[in-house]
Amino acid sequence: MVEILENTLTNEIRKARQLLDVHVREIVAWHFDPATGCPFWLNFATGLDFDPRKEIGGYDDLKILGHFEDSWLRGGPVRRWVPKAFAHRPISIFETGGSTGVPKSRINIEDFRTDYELFGETLDDATFPKGSDWLMLGPTGPRRLRLAIEHLAQVRGGIAFHVDLDPRWVGKLVKAQRWEEMEAYKTHVINQALTILRAHDTIHCLFTTPKLLESLCEKIDLVRAGIRGIFCGGTEMNAQFHRFAREELVPGVDFVPVYGNTLMGLAAPRPFDPAVRDYTITYYAPAPRAIFELVDPGDLDRSVDYGETGRVVLTTLTREFFMPRFPERDEGERTEPIARFPWDGVSNLRMLSSLEASVAVGVY
Amino acid sequence: MVALPPLPHLPLLRAGRPYRSLDVAILRDIRTGEPVAEVSQASAGMISRDARQGPENRRILARKSSAELVDICHKAAEFFLEGELPLGDGVQTRDDYLRQLAATTGMPVALGRSNMDKIYKVLAQIEAVLDGLTRGLDLSILDQGWGEQDSRRLSFLAQTEALGAVLPNNSPGVHTLWLPAIPLKMPLVLRPGSAEPWTPYRIAQALLAAGCPPKALSLYPSSHVGGTQVLLSTGRSMIFGDQSTIERWSRDIQIQAHGPGWSKILVGPDQADRWQDHLELMADSVLANGGRSCINTSSIRVPAHGREVAEALARRLVAVEARGLEDPRAELAAFADARVAHLLSEKIDQDLQQAGAEDLTAQLRSGNRVVEVGGCTFVLPTVIFCQDPEHKLTQAEYGFPFVTVVEASGESMLGTLGPTLVASVVTEDESFRRRVLECEAIDRLNFGPIPTYRLSWDQPHEGNLFEHLYRQRAFQAA
Repeated sequence: MVEILENTLTNEIRKARQLLDVHVREIVAWHFDPATGCPFWLNFATGLDFDPRKEIGGYDDLKILGHFEDSWLRGGPVRRWVPKAFAHRPISIFETGGSTGVPKSRINIEDFRTDYELFGETLDDATFPKGSDWLMLGPTGPRRLRLAIEHLAQVRGGIAFHVDLDPRWVGKLVKAQRWEEMEAYKTHVINQALTILRAHDTIHCLFTTPKLLESLCEKIDLVRAGIRGIFCGGTEMNAQFHRFAREELVPGVDFVPVYGNTLMGLAAPRPFDPAVRDYTITYYAPAPRAIFELVDPGDLDRSVDYGETGRVVLTTLTREFFMPRFPERDEGERTEPIARFPWDGVSNLRMLSSLEASVAVGVY
Repeated sequence: MVALPPLPHLPLLRAGRPYRSLDVAILRDIRTGEPVAEVSQASAGMISRDARQGPENRRILARKSSAELVDICHKAAEFFLEGELPLGDGVQTRDDYLRQLAATTGMPVALGRSNMDKIYKVLAQIEAVLDGLTRGLDLSILDQGWGEQDSRRLSFLAQTEALGAVLPNNSPGVHTLWLPAIPLKMPLVLRPGSAEPWTPYRIAQALLAAGCPPKALSLYPSSHVGGTQVLLSTGRSMIFGDQSTIERWSRDIQIQAHGPGWSKILVGPDQADRWQDHLELMADSVLANGGRSCINTSSIRVPAHGREVAEALARRLVAVEARGLEDPRAELAAFADARVAHLLSEKIDQDLQQAGAEDLTAQLRSGNRVVEVGGCTFVLPTVIFCQDPEHKLTQAEYGFPFVTVVEASGESMLGTLGPTLVASVVTEDESFRRRVLECEAIDRLNFGPIPTYRLSWDQPHEGNLFEHLYRQRAFQAA
């Protein structure tokens, strides 16, 4: 029996890999085609002594393009990222956190909707009931979350209520150690959430961040308030927080950790098994639209072995955005594929240890 | 192949309940880098959430009378000193504690032992400490809420549900400052130093073994974020840190900030020619406890013979050698981080570039100020003679035996003193004593040849814990 399952998984892994390679060829063909590609990649191709459309046959071949550079997304003109095929479409711009200077910007057309619809398919209808309303308690502003959560609620038949939190302001308060102001701001945000939760008993689903969830739970019993499913994002979330949430903050609620960012989409977690009670959080990228690779921080072209710690290298492969082999500021352990996600995952995701001292994250 | 024994694990204490976190920090031996223990880490959210139980925890502690709590402290003194106490899933003997302390903080076993004795004495003589803090209050008044003493009605109101404390790594002796909270009926919420959970944990276990209600004891090893949360979650707290920490929190009356001491010995004009009589007092005050405490002397002010004093002191201190942490003759503590030792020494050399200061120990020593012994890094005792009483080194304090000798006349001596946690003033000159008594820069004042580190426990300094925790209310009863 075990052998059959293993063979099945091996087959699924092979199929997923084939699908990824096909997808890579399709996306490279799209972005380097003068009829459809964006000015950035078309211009980039003029500096190459090869045609990526001919040389890149699959994921492994992306290495010949080198690593996507962080600075390319900081500053304008952002229209250089708009594929010609989408030039007539309404464009959204989403920014990353801004904790490391000028924020990275990414143009979006439909990707955020697609990403969240796909993620929505991984949610349990019993705990994230279709037709129920949502509270989105977290950073909105220039972030993708504002529209993405609303879209997720809408495609599941619900309406999303929003309470905004400005993480850049919180970051400044933390840096300046202005704790009283931070407490006042936190109270202001949490009070708005309490008002909405108390006024709308149709809200059963919540998106928030770990710190806001802790603060909210100090003021209200979310189970009694009717919340049945929470999805919660933030790289500061570790296995201990996962356990704390399930055992103490929101026992009985379906707690779904999620790793998402503007550049990738949403990575889903390995499902939690209450019988095993393993709180390790393992994320799987939404392949083939995006893929993680765990690499040696000293040699970004060398993958680490399963179980070893590596730096996350992220590749995004959609028609709207092509980002090959971008070294993220996160690290974690390379984790084996599972039946639901037959490709590599990353466990215990956390900030790259070499950056810990210089960047403030997880402030909200 | 012999299996290695599992690493000791220090759990959190959440109102006395051991809690093994999935988030752990590894403590390593500073000599070898080998792991010594793993320590559960608390999150800020957990600390904040647990604080909601503060009123209940205090009610449970307050059910014990002050007399019972004093008795618990007496018993805890014995357990702390000699007991085999729980340490995670195992036990910890006195010797285990001393070895573990040495391994992760660089505090030699011999110095650890004298710190242990200090903690023992405070617990064993807690009545004297409480007497000093409360100025002789009949503690049954706290039990009843009000009472009469010396024909006066008295009532005290607690200002918090718990005393929070963000604790340092430098020396176990500082833990004596928060110990009186328990007999004052105030639960403790402690965030230990990252390298030194050992002492708070052992004290907590000693108190539990002695019958202290578990709800009164919370111990949250955590990141700095957790430390800040302890300060924010408790109505009254104390924090230990460097000058920047002190400046950050000093305006908050809910927080007692303990930082560098810049403690000093002042030689009065009448004793100037008798400086040799006080040389051992000076050396002892600089050297005690490896120079790690804020009550170590970091500057000596003399009206005359400055260079002679400094040279004699340098000859005395340069003889002190760095020794291995388990050497019973060890007098110096090692730096847990060798880079810090080197940076400190470089900073001193940089400051010496400013004219008016001279390192007299360097001239007597053949090697460097920083040495490696037994796998540890030490900074050797350093005596600086400052001709300029305003040289920046005169206001320096480091975690090793470091002292400046400054020659200044009676007038400018007090004018250039700067903040001084403890001043021991050697003089019989009444007019000098009067001027010293009026000097605002001095917190704790000793008249006579009393080492700056010698504290009389009935004389609280750096803020009074009782006044921090309680407010006297006007009270009448018909």
